[in-house]
Amino acid sequence: MPEINTQGSESTVDNKKKKIVKIISSVISKVEQNKQVSLNSILTEMRDLLVVIEETRSELGRAAPSKIKGKDIPVATDELDAIVEATSDATGSIMDSCDVIMDKASNIEGEDGEAIVAEVMKIYEACSFQDITGQRISKVVKTFHDIEEKIDRLVSVLGIKAVPEENDDGPTGDEALMNGPQMPDDAISQDDIDKLLAELDAAN
Amino acid sequence: MAVDMNMNVLIVDDYTTMLRIIKNLLKQLGFNNIDEATDGSMALEKVKSKDYGLIISDWNMEPMSGYEFLKQIRSADAPYKTVPFIMVTAESKTENVIAAKQAGVNNYIVKPFNAETLKTKIATVLGDF
Repeated sequence: MPEINTQGSESTVDNKKKKIVKIISSVISKVEQNKQVSLNSILTEMRDLLVVIEETRSELGRAAPSKIKGKDIPVATDELDAIVEATSDATGSIMDSCDVIMDKASNIEGEDGEAIVAEVMKIYEACSFQDITGQRISKVVKTFHDIEEKIDRLVSVLGIKAVPEENDDGPTGDEALMNGPQMPDDAISQDDIDKLLAELDAAN
Repeated sequence: MAVDMNMNVLIVDDYTTMLRIIKNLLKQLGFNNIDEATDGSMALEKVKSKDYGLIISDWNMEPMSGYEFLKQIRSADAPYKTVPFIMVTAESKTENVIAAKQAGVNNYIVKPFNAETLKTKIATVLGDF
């Protein structure tokens, strides 16, 4: 039985594991000690085992693996992709400016021109952070996809059915308004905000 | 022998930022003819159609990695078989360096790097310039 911490209760999983081991040990012991052990006795033990397995499956279902796979992981990977895109755009802008400075610096003779070029080269070098962070983030995204596949296999092997989540209305109040940077598709522009504010002002 | 600063140099990286950085550093070092490719297969096509005096390639690219590109070049029965090859990569494990060396890499630079490191490694491969 995989050790899965559902509902934040590790001890619950441990207890179930112990219970399963106890039941199986009991059956084996009975058969070993008395080969004439009754079928009813074994049946009772097996029913207990079934109850434990069903409870575990139910708990795993409440952990909402379909939500993890269908919503949580895609949201997380989209956010990471957005980081890569945003840093790439920003790095591109920095290097565009560097190109212009380099061009202008080539017209400055002497130490000043050389000093400017040397400093701009340092900026170019520093821009390599984008490549490194991009590769690291790609590794994290790949890990998320691996987790997604493992959850899929677990759901399939254990025949877990999705259980409606309790209180899944999401955060409320201030918390609901603090979502951090929006994904580009979900965000509205400054122009949209200005327009909206003007409309609200006009309505008052 | 002096390094021919007009030699064709091929840089290969799937990140446009890195291509741009290396290209600018090379220009600053005095190289005038720089081509770009974004993976090993594109680079291989370029190598087949043009003579290069130096290749600077990333490792981690798709569909063809820099390592595979290196192996294909070195195993080819063609003039480009011996073109100097510098791997510039974030892959910094010992086994990577050993594998690249065994595949015939001339030098190996770990990202992030600076202009001085690039210059030193190129000089090691091509001679002082």
